[in-house]
Amino acid sequence: MWLLKEKIKEMSGCGIAGIINVKGELIPGDLIIKSICCQYERGNGLGAGFAAYGIYPEHKDYYALHVMAQDKSALEKVEEILAHKTFVNYKEPIPTKKVKTIKNAPLFKRYFVKPKFDEEYQMVCGEDEEDNYIVSLVMDINEKVEGAYVISSGKNMGVFKGVGFPDEIAEFFRIDEYKAFIWTAHNRFPTNTPGWWGGAHPFTILDWSIVHNGEISSYGTNKRYLELFGYKCTLLTDTEVVAYLLDLLIRRHGLPLQLACKALAPPFWMEIDEMEEEERDLYTAIRVVYGSAVLNGPFAILFAYNGGLVGLNDRVKLRPLVCAKKGDFYYMASEEAAIRSICPDPEKVWAPKAGEPVIVELEKGVIPNQRSYLEGRPKEVEEDALRIKCQYIPLQSS
Amino acid sequence: MPFELNASIYHYSQVNNLIREAIAKGEKELILTGVNGHRYLFAGVSAEVRAKIYGTPGLDLGCFMRGPRLEVFGNVQDGAGNTMDEGKIVVHGMGGDVIGYAMRGGKIHIYGDVGYRVGIHMKSYQDKVPVIIIGGKAGDFLGEYMAGGVIILLGMNTIYPERPIAGIYLGTGMHGGKIYVRGKVKESYLGLGLKPYPLDGDDEKELERLLKEYCDDFQMDLSEVLKEDFVKIIPYTHRPYGKIYAY
Repeated sequence: MWLLKEKIKEMSGCGIAGIINVKGELIPGDLIIKSICCQYERGNGLGAGFAAYGIYPEHKDYYALHVMAQDKSALEKVEEILAHKTFVNYKEPIPTKKVKTIKNAPLFKRYFVKPKFDEEYQMVCGEDEEDNYIVSLVMDINEKVEGAYVISSGKNMGVFKGVGFPDEIAEFFRIDEYKAFIWTAHNRFPTNTPGWWGGAHPFTILDWSIVHNGEISSYGTNKRYLELFGYKCTLLTDTEVVAYLLDLLIRRHGLPLQLACKALAPPFWMEIDEMEEEERDLYTAIRVVYGSAVLNGPFAILFAYNGGLVGLNDRVKLRPLVCAKKGDFYYMASEEAAIRSICPDPEKVWAPKAGEPVIVELEKGVIPNQRSYLEGRPKEVEEDALRIKCQYIPLQSS
Repeated sequence: MPFELNASIYHYSQVNNLIREAIAKGEKELILTGVNGHRYLFAGVSAEVRAKIYGTPGLDLGCFMRGPRLEVFGNVQDGAGNTMDEGKIVVHGMGGDVIGYAMRGGKIHIYGDVGYRVGIHMKSYQDKVPVIIIGGKAGDFLGEYMAGGVIILLGMNTIYPERPIAGIYLGTGMHGGKIYVRGKVKESYLGLGLKPYPLDGDDEKELERLLKEYCDDFQMDLSEVLKEDFVKIIPYTHRPYGKIYAY
């Protein structure tokens, strides 16, 4: 079984770091390793991880599923499901390296897949249906296959994470051999939940990935809310809900990114009272409709998708976050030193306001399958009654 | 000859050990270069020494220290001057969150902006009156739970023209000390139980004395700083929270 490490509680905070090149140029992994390792003392060796965007250009149109399994039989079960539910274009073990200090590592394998709908519908299913299909598939595997988890499922991106310090996890997954246009990294100091391989950050769904410093005290409320929409929290860590909330609010409900962030970290009523009428109505509605999506508790998060990197603090800024810019590069981290370790002379360094997202999107058309969420989704046309439903059919519970 | 150290190749604990050894040997002047994220520099050092620090020192710079005068050429991170007792930190840049946390004495002069909760729980006792002067703007909760000491907020040297001079919940829970703000501050931004007052003669003298030293540190023109009126923010009763159960 998974080794769920428990350790005496020490005081510290997680560390986070992120880099994006807005022209979509690839950044070597060494940089993000250096930035997160500058914040070494923010973790305690019970978790670290990296998210990389742009690493699978040769499979760019396939969902890259990174699967973590405790043994061969769990992996075989996943393969069986994938063979049944998807077209697997390519698969291989995720290259790893032996690291002395890393013990009891699970198996890691990646699969590049497309959804397999009923044959007659295959041609009419669009990107939305494909995304929804993959979300359901990931939920199904994580919930029903014992000992195996899909830890990332986006196109042209991947997550590498585990139990160890960031330099150890980087060496284990050979992070220095990848190049990406967006990187995020995490150095974990678990406080309330176990330090295990699945609980390391980043957390993901589709191409959403998130790293988090803090505690989501509203985990229970958020989890129950997400379950209404088919999301299942299986990884025993509070941060998992944020990945699914982003997918729900932004991709599925079509909220503009800025507003979705305001749903997660809403302004105080006192601030809403001082707004102009139109704005006041909007924020009142957001608080009423998305009351169960509010993230309560201290947090500084970085999240990324195929097209952008976002930094966000809780509304009273109980965790640190610093941003910087130089040329086409933007940097975000828990500490300014982490940025300066890889960019000693930024043009601009600033501390974002509490609850105000810092959104950096790539320039238009620089990467394949690029997404932009600045605008939100236009009002949908009434659904055609005759439209064929492309649906994922859940696995039988085992 | 001052004691010089390039910190970039050392872990913070090694840097702190080297600093302490040098001070024990009687060094009075120290110069640290290549500082980046080194934590707890000069923590708990009790000596009359001067140090120039080049780079971005890490968390809790000068925490618990009693006496050193630190001059930082760069920005300071969170918790600089945490619970410091005596001495001075001069920052030719910006400051992070919780600067001067529970500060009991000494001075912190910041040229630019600072983050959230600066001066939280500052206190004073007899002749020990801690002072924080901020040349730029401050985030929310400035002077939260303040029990003593002086915070001066100028709002002049800022990179955030779009932000108010101080964030919301200014001085929330404050029951002692004073916060001077250059210009005006929205009353709705103040914590409950506080009010802005015009300055009296003693306040003006105190302000001018403290600002003169600040202006000398940064070669700023004192008359320019004093051109605008200040307000003094203090609790308006002796027991401001006697009847408040919660916000």
